[in-house]
Amino acid sequence: MKAWQSKASKEILLERALMLKNVRAFFDARDVIEVETPLLSRYSTSDPHLDSLRTSFREQDCYLNTSPEYAMKRLLAQWRQPIYQVCKAFRDDELGTIHNPEFTMLEWYRPGFDMQQLMSEVAVLVKTLFDNSGIEPVFEYLSYQQAFENTAGFDPHRTTSDECLQFAVDNHVEIPQGLTAADDVSVWLDWLLTQLVLPAFKTGGFTFLYDYPAAQCALAKIAPSLEQAAVAKRFELFFGEIELANGFYELTDADEQLNRFQQDNQSRKHAAKEAARIDENFISALEHGLPDCSGVAVGLDRLLMVLTGATFIDQVLSFSWERA
Amino acid sequence: MATYSTNQFKNGLKIILDGDPCSITENNVVKPGKGQAFNKVKAKNLRTGRVLERTFKSTESVEAADVDEMNVEYLYSDGESWHFMEPTSFEQYAADEVAVGDAVKWIKGQEVCVMTLWDGAPLTITPPNFVELTVAQTDPGLKGDTAQGATKPATLETGTEVKVPLFVNEGDVLKIDTRNGEYVSRA
Repeated sequence: MKAWQSKASKEILLERALMLKNVRAFFDARDVIEVETPLLSRYSTSDPHLDSLRTSFREQDCYLNTSPEYAMKRLLAQWRQPIYQVCKAFRDDELGTIHNPEFTMLEWYRPGFDMQQLMSEVAVLVKTLFDNSGIEPVFEYLSYQQAFENTAGFDPHRTTSDECLQFAVDNHVEIPQGLTAADDVSVWLDWLLTQLVLPAFKTGGFTFLYDYPAAQCALAKIAPSLEQAAVAKRFELFFGEIELANGFYELTDADEQLNRFQQDNQSRKHAAKEAARIDENFISALEHGLPDCSGVAVGLDRLLMVLTGATFIDQVLSFSWERA
Repeated sequence: MATYSTNQFKNGLKIILDGDPCSITENNVVKPGKGQAFNKVKAKNLRTGRVLERTFKSTESVEAADVDEMNVEYLYSDGESWHFMEPTSFEQYAADEVAVGDAVKWIKGQEVCVMTLWDGAPLTITPPNFVELTVAQTDPGLKGDTAQGATKPATLETGTEVKVPLFVNEGDVLKIDTRNGEYVSRA
């Protein structure tokens, strides 16, 4: 194969075209409206674990979106209608077996849906895409707490970095260079998730992991509880150990959102990352009022990997980063 | 001290792990959804050749290894050190027994070897893939013995013993593949 040629087979690229057609038919049948929002923005992401790619327009810094979330929520605040989008998203420093710096994202918002309803709709979409594939997708639903108790044997909502470190030492779990008891407990949970929880997910099956620790709420509502630890109404969908989707019962409180952005920037500062300029238009939209809703983002390249049995993301992209 | 951050990791990057210089052979991002990223790295220890697997919390810094590679000509050995010369600068380097390693089995002088330097000192010597060496001693082959694949031991001028076909005689010059130590042909 020559360097100018695509590594993806013709069958896989046809499968991609069919997947996009099926996705659009799915939402069309449900009266969810397709929208487009800017890929190029004046604002970067504040998420401490993501980095926007920076470019410039007329010598002014601007950024490629890491997800279309803020702009879609602005439309949602204005229209109050279910919307979806298929677009490219870009993330710095994400490259590997299942990462490409540019990837295709499907994101949709459902006013009036809670987290459970949206998880169900995600499952229906996946089933639809698997029609005629000969595979009957099987879904499991597991709370973050249950998943940890099943595998690590402790409650992730009531642990500390010291306990996680001790757990890793006692159970001979590899400890990455740079991960110490001084790290936030969230970082430890992320690590133990990859080492213990995800490997226990059913190979070849789909798992919804939901009710994340409150500290990992991102843009999800936090459900406070008197008896139990507060949890974030956030879910992720995995196929085996591969993350396919991330969804929220969306935070609608503008003050709380602003507060989280400021906290994000504190975390970024702590990690020696540049602080993000806070997207005032997004905050203003929340002040105007976001309908009670749930939203989810699905990595379509990874979903295509699952549909075609590909092992590497390169196999399902016309031109991955090395040939882009 | 020069360092690399995990976002600079790529194949061929030279870093220090466990006090030894290593070359990254594989770098993969592990990310549990939206959370903290980790880099899973495979690296070859340039001293021992052993492959290590290591995980880093992303944005972690790792000490850079100052590693160079250059072509050098083998000059001579004084019994303790093996002396090499860089042919354009005429600069000479003395490699110890550990650095020369198995290369000693194949070099007698004037071969162009690849020398890896760490902090300016020889770390490893890789001999040319093929060398030509004279047979110092071997038993005479039996006349008329044409059995396919039959071999006998022969000692080369460097003192190294190799398996050779029965027709090889003392004084013959042989071409040897240094990567597997096998006889290729008569030169």
